[in-house]
Amino acid sequence: MLFRLAWATLTRHRARTLLAMLGVAVSAAMLLDMVMLSSGMRVSFRSLLLSRGFQLRIAPKGTLPFDTDATIPDASGVTRTLRAVPGVATISPVLGGQLHVEVNGRAITSVALGVDPRVQGDYEVLAGRSPAAPNEFVASDDFLRASGVRLGDTVSAAAGFDPQLRSYAGQRRLVLVGRARFLYMPAEQKSVALPIPTLQAMRGSDAEDRASLFMVRVSPGANVDTILHRVETALPRVSVVSTETAMRQVDERLSYFRQLAVILGAVSLGVGFLLVTTLVTVSVNERLGEIVVMRALGVVRGRIVQQIVLEGVAIMVIGALVGLGLGLGTARYLNSILAAFPGLPAAIDFFVFEPRDAWAALGMLTVAGIVAGIYPSWRGASLPIAVTLREEAVG
Amino acid sequence: MSDAEPLLVARDLHRDYHMGDERVHAVRGVSLEIARGDSVAIVGPSGCGKSTLLNLLGGIDHPTSGAVTIDGERIDLMRDRDATRFRLRHIGFVFQRFYLMPALTAIENVELPMAEARAPRGARVERARELLTYVGLAGRHDHRPAQLSGGEQQRVAIARALANRPQLVLADEPTGELDARTGAEMIGLLGRVNADGTTVVVVTHDEDLARAAKRVVHMRDGVVVDDRRQDGR
Repeated sequence: MLFRLAWATLTRHRARTLLAMLGVAVSAAMLLDMVMLSSGMRVSFRSLLLSRGFQLRIAPKGTLPFDTDATIPDASGVTRTLRAVPGVATISPVLGGQLHVEVNGRAITSVALGVDPRVQGDYEVLAGRSPAAPNEFVASDDFLRASGVRLGDTVSAAAGFDPQLRSYAGQRRLVLVGRARFLYMPAEQKSVALPIPTLQAMRGSDAEDRASLFMVRVSPGANVDTILHRVETALPRVSVVSTETAMRQVDERLSYFRQLAVILGAVSLGVGFLLVTTLVTVSVNERLGEIVVMRALGVVRGRIVQQIVLEGVAIMVIGALVGLGLGLGTARYLNSILAAFPGLPAAIDFFVFEPRDAWAALGMLTVAGIVAGIYPSWRGASLPIAVTLREEAVG
Repeated sequence: MSDAEPLLVARDLHRDYHMGDERVHAVRGVSLEIARGDSVAIVGPSGCGKSTLLNLLGGIDHPTSGAVTIDGERIDLMRDRDATRFRLRHIGFVFQRFYLMPALTAIENVELPMAEARAPRGARVERARELLTYVGLAGRHDHRPAQLSGGEQQRVAIARALANRPQLVLADEPTGELDARTGAEMIGLLGRVNADGTTVVVVTHDEDLARAAKRVVHMRDGVVVDDRRQDGR
């Protein structure tokens, strides 16, 4: 009967209840989005860093991977040293650069990654295959769209371009053997990957035996921090970054996002709370006569409070469920806009849905619904019966 | 509690109100004994304290001083929760303005006190149907109060008051919002409730309703000025 009466009371004023639920839904959608935003980039970034199983990244001293154009000299020596470190399973050197491809008289410039195709962790092949010979390369869809090059085509490519002399340096004939998705590249970035010795050779003396980054996968069961310390000891002139360190740095850089998300989330929760409090207060004030008559008939105060709180919770929960759907839709839309955020990998999601986020939002709104209902219902249920009936009779 | 003992005993009841700076003595030293199965009409001019007295007798207001004993229990000394529970089991209320729950149907309104008394759903639905039939509303079970006439709403209110088989029904101006014909029907219904064994106390301006009671208590300025049984009873 408690549920029946609560539901019947809500449906008695359908339009008002519906509007309140919609208000809560908007509030819940925003709350969910903010909860998703506060943890989404972190979760997404972590997932991206670990997607290929590399736990350590080695960059030039004092830099983060690809933060600058700096490179690590003696790449082959570094590789040998790393191989000698117990617990290091896989080493993937990467050299950054540019590749200029001339197609039908126009130059297409793209980011180039020199990699060891056997162990690389920078791209996934979508069609064709990874380079197996020194003169083979894979490219992103954006490169293919811009250049019109197709799988199997041979192109004339250069690693350097002198704008004053309008001449190319480090030219090679390369064969496109694969279409790939580059994991760490921003959206709409034209990207290619080719064997690292080829890119080193094309770039000439400034890149000879150099690498921008080494990615390291540790042996199964090995402690990443222990390996990190061993590498730091063995290679004191580089920076070694573990996924956790990278995450801490990401956290620092994203702290504004999180603060913003927390503040906006709290505002959303507050708006939902005030909305339900207002509605429940209005509803209680409208039926003071009914409430005191229920008490006169023998309904205990606690039961009346329960019933009115239930009304608030019903509005919150139904509104929140609608809001969760709305929030997911909004998050998807916002994510598509933010995917073009400059400098961030396209694979990064700002909003990552995790069931615990939905539970957290639903839980917070339910608690808010309970709290919102308690004060007005307790006040209504505590009114003196005879006096209230007399006042109601007077009107 | 033997049948010979009165169901309700009020001793030297006083009820004072504050209206602004003024202290109003609504009830001043009323003592009453009401026997089981009796029907009592409390009459008097507006503001004489009769509704206040009814509220005190029903435990929905607290006397400034004095005692109210129903079926041997001092309701004026009970804590709020205990008094509420006592009302649920022992007292049925009928109000002038019906005060049905507008969101519930007629049968759900009658079920409400039984649900609060934790009656099993099947039993309370059956009892609610019986009561609605008893008050002449068979076939109107699923109507909401807004779909019922004033007389029908008051019938539902009487059925609700009887839901938990109370010993005592207190009615405050039960015909006050009804036309003469419907009022007469209500008088007949309350007479039937009394005839079936329930003690009925009504506060009324309605002379017909007062005439139908076995006993009439006249009040003026917060005191009982006359208390007599009706001729021939």
